[in-house]
Amino acid sequence: MSMGLERWLNPTEAGAESAAEDGVPRRTFLKVSAAAGGGLLLSFLLPRIIWNSEATGATTADVFAPNAFIRIGRDSRVTLIMPYVEMGQGTDTSIPMLIAEELEVELRQVTLEAAPPDDRHYANPIFQFQATGASASVRAAWEPLRRAGATTRTMLVSAAAKTWNVDVTSCRAEKGEVIHVTSGRRLTYGALVDTVRTLPMPDHVALKNPKDFTLIGTSAKRLDTPDKVNGTAQFGIDVKVPGMKIATVAACPVFGGKLANVDDSKTKAIKGVHQVVRLDNAVAVIADNMWTAEQGLAALDIQWDEGPNATLSSADIVQQLEVASRGPGVIAHKDGDVAKAMASAAKKVEAVYQMPFLAHATMEPMNCTVHVRKDGCEVWVGSQVLSRAQATAAQVTGLPLEKVQVHNQSLGGGFGRRLEVDVITQAVQIAKQVNGPVKVVWTREEDIQHDMYRPYYYDRIAAGLDEQGKPIAWSHRITGSSVFARWFPPAIKNGLDPDAVGGEAEEFPYTVPNMLVEYVRQEPLGIPTGFWRGVGPTHNVFVVESFIDELAAESKKDPVEYRRVLLGKSPRAKAVLELAAEKAGWGQPLPEGRGRGVSVQFVFGSYVAQVAEVEVAKSGQVHVTRVVCAVDCGVVVNPDTVRAQMEGGIMFGLTAALFNEITLKDGRVEQSNFDDYPMLRINEAPTVEVYLVKSAEAPGGIGEPGTSALAPAVTNAIFATTGKRIRKLPVNRVELHSA
Amino acid sequence: MITLNVNGKSYELDISPDMPLLWALRDTLNLTGTKFGCGMALCGACTVHLDGQPIRSCVTPVGEASKKKITTIEAIGQTSSGAKVQKAWLDLEVIQCGYCQSGQIMSASALLASKPHPTDADIDTAMAGNICRCGTYQRIRAAIKQAAQSTVKGA
Repeated sequence: MSMGLERWLNPTEAGAESAAEDGVPRRTFLKVSAAAGGGLLLSFLLPRIIWNSEATGATTADVFAPNAFIRIGRDSRVTLIMPYVEMGQGTDTSIPMLIAEELEVELRQVTLEAAPPDDRHYANPIFQFQATGASASVRAAWEPLRRAGATTRTMLVSAAAKTWNVDVTSCRAEKGEVIHVTSGRRLTYGALVDTVRTLPMPDHVALKNPKDFTLIGTSAKRLDTPDKVNGTAQFGIDVKVPGMKIATVAACPVFGGKLANVDDSKTKAIKGVHQVVRLDNAVAVIADNMWTAEQGLAALDIQWDEGPNATLSSADIVQQLEVASRGPGVIAHKDGDVAKAMASAAKKVEAVYQMPFLAHATMEPMNCTVHVRKDGCEVWVGSQVLSRAQATAAQVTGLPLEKVQVHNQSLGGGFGRRLEVDVITQAVQIAKQVNGPVKVVWTREEDIQHDMYRPYYYDRIAAGLDEQGKPIAWSHRITGSSVFARWFPPAIKNGLDPDAVGGEAEEFPYTVPNMLVEYVRQEPLGIPTGFWRGVGPTHNVFVVESFIDELAAESKKDPVEYRRVLLGKSPRAKAVLELAAEKAGWGQPLPEGRGRGVSVQFVFGSYVAQVAEVEVAKSGQVHVTRVVCAVDCGVVVNPDTVRAQMEGGIMFGLTAALFNEITLKDGRVEQSNFDDYPMLRINEAPTVEVYLVKSAEAPGGIGEPGTSALAPAVTNAIFATTGKRIRKLPVNRVELHSA
Repeated sequence: MITLNVNGKSYELDISPDMPLLWALRDTLNLTGTKFGCGMALCGACTVHLDGQPIRSCVTPVGEASKKKITTIEAIGQTSSGAKVQKAWLDLEVIQCGYCQSGQIMSASALLASKPHPTDADIDTAMAGNICRCGTYQRIRAAIKQAAQSTVKGA
């Protein structure tokens, strides 16, 4: 996810190894030590994913359940208990590929079953609770799930050898069977269930040599998509429970406001409206269907107590950030003596960069179905945080955790929005007042106006250059809210949010001898913030890669060559930069009104470089015609999925860079639907070319890096085309107008 | 009572003629393949065919649809263009989260039914009303072109 979190996921950390040996769950902890120069160095130890047989209570007479992830039935069907959720990123295919490879079964033999809420067995090792995010699924699962498969395969081979009374080394597993090589005898995995259950867990198992992989590294077809072309895939919003009613809701348009009074007489007169539910800060109408519920909501006469934020505007928030950004902040990274180096520099360059609040706008609007009974509660929802969903429902109902069942559904987009449980809290509050199950569905307007927004960031950045134009001093002060402080407080140490500075500090790919990165936490009034695809790096890579481009321009150097020289300590970063430049035809002439821009980054454990080609019309309209993307994400599990995530991440980043900002007026979000919060459309989409670097390094994340690299490549291309530097997103076409 | 002909079946429904077709399909007939995205004909997730023409069901009252043949994603595979599009979508792995794809497939099927060999400009015109937040546009374009070359028949 960011600087420190990369370290969490680094399997070479000594702590991870010792945990692996004793097999004991290791509590996440954060080690803060003094780094050279007095800065704080965060290092996170990777706790081991636990997988053991006492596990989940799923063992029955007909099933072999060697660990928390794998079940093998007498029919030889392999079930993978999926610790992650599918939201488009391909995890429902890439994770079973890890198991199938080591278990020696065909991918289509594996059936997926969503893991129940259970942090003990299915926690994300970063957070120690179930979460799909941080581009971490394959990174975290890579070793433990292959090991789970290999252990199971080893036991099945032993069981067959025992059955035949032959030496284990004369048997091997292939396509769901164990074969006795010399005699040609075969037993299916299903036929071995009874025998294998009597065997002890092996102490050590050998993982396959990567050169023997037959599935990992192939573009295996996705398992989730056949149901998505014919309307049968079920998303949260499609849930239907017997007796279910439909609700839609209006929360106070001003954050922090309350419901003062509501006259529901007109609403109750509408046929099909059952009930009007009042919450502290919202009203919901319960009806037979969504349309009736919407009509009921529109017919309410609501008075809000708008509270202290009733007059707030975006300008107030930006002004607070500007004041706070005068610093100083908490030190995230420090090398050398920046003040001294700045003073001796031949030239000093300074800039302020700003990035707006952003909504997630998942295509599936927020929704949650809940049935509260006296003795239990059921929740149907597409959530990135399953155990939190369960805990939330337990807390709101007052029921014990084990009385709350959560049925996770396919997610119609996540992008960080479904890492939050605000919708679940609200839906359970509503359901407590409703007799029978109720599906709460937000309108698009409610979805955009009651999001947890990507924070507004206000950054001051400066560099001192030597006579040759090389940076000898670098100072970057990041000001904005801390999502972690609310969402996962243990990540914060001494006031430093490792995500807010993600992409800077330890992940900074360039060599600059004197460097200071600071973080100023400034929580904006009246608007909640949350994680958004690419999180900290989406903000910091824009600032760093734009500013490096400014330095290249100040030094009258080619932007690719300028970066190349500074990437001496990062050969993988240099390699993707060179690959992207070569494939893009960097340096070759373009027609008038067109230009190229470049970016390079190391985030989420992956190296990515992008070259964007843009066309800027005299009207100021920007059209991105082509993006070339080079990726080194270590070992590739499914190359087509990596390409798809880069293509999609680029479109996601481009939508934000060109179009999106959430603004407040009178305490209210001004945007409401896709007319005033537009999304990129097919006629505006660039051609994207993705090139993968072959690598044997540990896998890196792929869900988010495509997004974080995009904006600076585009704005640097706008600079190359027009000479105008974009330091505030989204791109303001009025400023680019040249007619 | 409203009579709706959906995917070849006739339904008598006790609903207001003003109810958008989207909610009659989803909440009354439980045909949930057609998706709600915006409610204002801005995103295309709710696209269905009325007598073969693509329309946004979120702004189409059932009263306007009652005398016409309604085709939804659940049955589009029975048409020649729909089957070709579905196959191309899977062959090229267009789909990510999949939520918008019912609408994308309905728009693309209607395009191919009226223009068997669409140009890029035709594709832009026919598909610009369908938002994909996962950003699968490049593959959508390629899949439409592949479907146009395909000889798959409807089921």
